[in-house]
Amino acid sequence: MQLYLPIAEVSVNAFLILGLGGIVGFLSGMFGVGGGFLITPLLFFIGVPPAVAVATGANQVVASSVSGVLAQLRRKGVDFQMGGILLIGGIVGSASGVWVFSLMTRLGQVDLFVQLSYVFFLGLIGAMMFQESLRSLLRSRKTGAPIRRSHVHSWVHGLPFKMRFRASGLYISVIPPILVGALVGFLAAIMGVGGGFIMVPAMIYFLGMPTKVVIGTSLFQIIFVTAFTTVMHAVTSQTVDMMLALLLILGGVVGAQIGTRVGTRLKAEQLRILLSILVLSVSIKIGVGLVLTPTELYSVAPGGLP
Amino acid sequence: MIRAVIRAAFFAVALAGPALADESIVTGLSQNRVSITADFVGSEILVYGAVKRDAPAPEGSPLEVIVTVEGPAAPVTVRRKERVAGIWINNASIRVDSAPSFFAIATTGPLNHILSDTENLRFDITIERVIRAVGITAEADKAGEFLLALLRVRTQEDRYRVLEGKVELTEDTLFRTDVELPANLIEGEYKVRIFLLRDQKVIAHQERLVGVRKVGLERFIFNLAHEQPLIYGLLSLVLAAVAGWVASTAFRLMRN
Repeated sequence: MQLYLPIAEVSVNAFLILGLGGIVGFLSGMFGVGGGFLITPLLFFIGVPPAVAVATGANQVVASSVSGVLAQLRRKGVDFQMGGILLIGGIVGSASGVWVFSLMTRLGQVDLFVQLSYVFFLGLIGAMMFQESLRSLLRSRKTGAPIRRSHVHSWVHGLPFKMRFRASGLYISVIPPILVGALVGFLAAIMGVGGGFIMVPAMIYFLGMPTKVVIGTSLFQIIFVTAFTTVMHAVTSQTVDMMLALLLILGGVVGAQIGTRVGTRLKAEQLRILLSILVLSVSIKIGVGLVLTPTELYSVAPGGLP
Repeated sequence: MIRAVIRAAFFAVALAGPALADESIVTGLSQNRVSITADFVGSEILVYGAVKRDAPAPEGSPLEVIVTVEGPAAPVTVRRKERVAGIWINNASIRVDSAPSFFAIATTGPLNHILSDTENLRFDITIERVIRAVGITAEADKAGEFLLALLRVRTQEDRYRVLEGKVELTEDTLFRTDVELPANLIEGEYKVRIFLLRDQKVIAHQERLVGVRKVGLERFIFNLAHEQPLIYGLLSLVLAAVAGWVASTAFRLMRN
């Protein structure tokens, strides 16, 4: 069934969009990532203009995150305190990211900049997670292996402004979460994603949060970051396509519910190794695209040079 | 006797001269308006017409017809990638002041046979003439390549089409052609031009407009997004949040 999208001004197959939303929603619910790093390139691929894809992708992430958070809430998997602190950093980072993004757009290098950020950050985080989870998976197979402590005391725990995070069982300074939030917000604005794929490993490895609350808290935080992004795009460039978003959302919310159920059945190590493989493959795919000789060297973009 | 023949010939020439200008066009379009609805999958415009003459059709060179359909124009930027340190990056670009979003040209025969370059210059018939790129040579040394690339990319996207021989001409009087409009149409006034040619020269031409408009839900969403962007953005969020909540609740009820 073909459907004409009023803002994107292209005609698309409605079932294809529903399916895309479903797959991304499934991954979103399973891993606690918003799925923006998948939905945006997929929308480019089916011919949606990049600006509309980024803005509408953000809107879809809001819906799948709300759906995911509600599922996590019943499992008591959301640390609202930690989410709030992360969000404070997130807004600051996001605002500065938007500024850098518009600077790069003026220079005509925004595509390259976005692609390099994808390759670098996805590659780095994917590789780190893959290595760590592979090691812990192997360790858990061996009987009588030393048990890894839930978190190790480091310089992070010597910082001032300590706060007790009950749901996470942590007593740490608020400075690291604010920094993590700011970094994720910055990258999120630049790459047009929610930033869950950075947030989740940062919470586990840097803040030492238990895996149980990581996904819910990440989703909780992503709701607000992507909501902010959606409204910003709607107001500044009118690129949010409600019709496209609705289709993605319908597929996405259903996928997210199924994903959350599947996610609870898997072990934390398995979940992490799967997410790391997904993140690494997206990174490699984009990296290869940058190196291979393109079939068409020229590209046409609407609008004149500023 | 010979003098009479010469006089007759003179007469014929004298008649043929003005007769060339006496051919004019009467045209019609199957529709003056294209409405984009939610299930819009493209449309087709039938351009038809007849040649009106006060005198019999002149002998000699055949009559030819060119029909162009041109979508709303906008400035575009054409960028070229180059390999720098192993990766492909955009490092040269030109601005084209005005390029139509859609362009189709249908003819009765091969363009270079039926249309001369000077007439093309006068009437801006082909896509190369319709694209306006004033002063781009100052921006890049090989501007021509960029323009060719623009034509190539848009032709691949099926936005620019050359349909040689697709105009049917009957008895040198009636002509018709179908121009397909793609599904990814942009709103605006689409200009339809019809040219009559003899001897590679334009002897008559006419212009008509087809309005392409979004209607119904498409119109409502588009207007809201542009006139009330904040409300639109917030509405999109509410929609997203409600959909998320409904799905979550529905699933919980289904499990219980």
